[in-house]
Amino acid sequence: MRLRLPFILLFILVLFIAVIFYQSLFEEKNYIPKNINNKIENISIKEFNTNNNFFLKNLIEDKKLIAINIWASWCMPCRQEHEHIKKLSDIDNLKLVGLNYKDKIQNAENFLKEFGNPYDTILSDADGTKSIFLGAYGVPETLIIDRELKILKKYIGPINSQIVGEIKNLAN
Amino acid sequence: MKSFKIILFLLFFIFFNFINVFGENTKVDEISKNLRCLICQGQSVYDSQSEFALSVKTLILNKLESGSSEKDIYDFLKSKYGNWIVYEPEFNNYTLILWILPLFLFIFGGFLIARKVIINRKEK
Repeated sequence: MRLRLPFILLFILVLFIAVIFYQSLFEEKNYIPKNINNKIENISIKEFNTNNNFFLKNLIEDKKLIAINIWASWCMPCRQEHEHIKKLSDIDNLKLVGLNYKDKIQNAENFLKEFGNPYDTILSDADGTKSIFLGAYGVPETLIIDRELKILKKYIGPINSQIVGEIKNLAN
Repeated sequence: MKSFKIILFLLFFIFFNFINVFGENTKVDEISKNLRCLICQGQSVYDSQSEFALSVKTLILNKLESGSSEKDIYDFLKSKYGNWIVYEPEFNNYTLILWILPLFLFIFGGFLIARKVIINRKEK
């Protein structure tokens, strides 16, 4: 009896660890928080290169969804994903908003001249604090938001043609 | 001459120590030391120079200036990024085992040691 109890405890412990390790094999490698508040406050953000300020709720107008794409001219993956961002501008029910992140105005303008400007509106996040209100981590990142300012989807990193398809389905 | 050098050294030491204290001990530093930098795991927001961490520090400063309390700032960041952003996990259903297990092991271990000691004494 004396030997059996520690043995059972050890067995349970090993089993416990094995189950956790086994489950972790199938888990997403990147950390995505679960119980976060998906609703964004109706904050106002300055328009890129003007002194106008826009409230997020006013931006959506008559569209079903807003896609906010956080980008910067210094971000290499943003160049890669720009072709796919252009495809988003063809979606009817989607308002495509660019949020220029911690960038120099001249560099950002050169970027748009070189690669094209697919955005309906461009906003500016010069000190990076507006992105924190959106719960973003950095550039590039694309958020799909509905009329109630609820985040439906968050794509961390550059988007691809599969994601463009997903967003199309959401908007239609 | 030797004592003069020692005094000079001590003065320098105290002087730089004070600079350190006044330079670092701000509220923003205090709060950012308790926050985990989410894109550079293993570093705190205070330690990191990543764009994300710098933005968080600016946000903390803005929030403090607009009158938010320390708790408001932690709650705000937790609502955006989840509990993972703070180093100290809060007590809830998800973290129950985390908080209880060490206490349980401590008591259980103490009990085992006490039993062993009592048995040993009896045998003697």
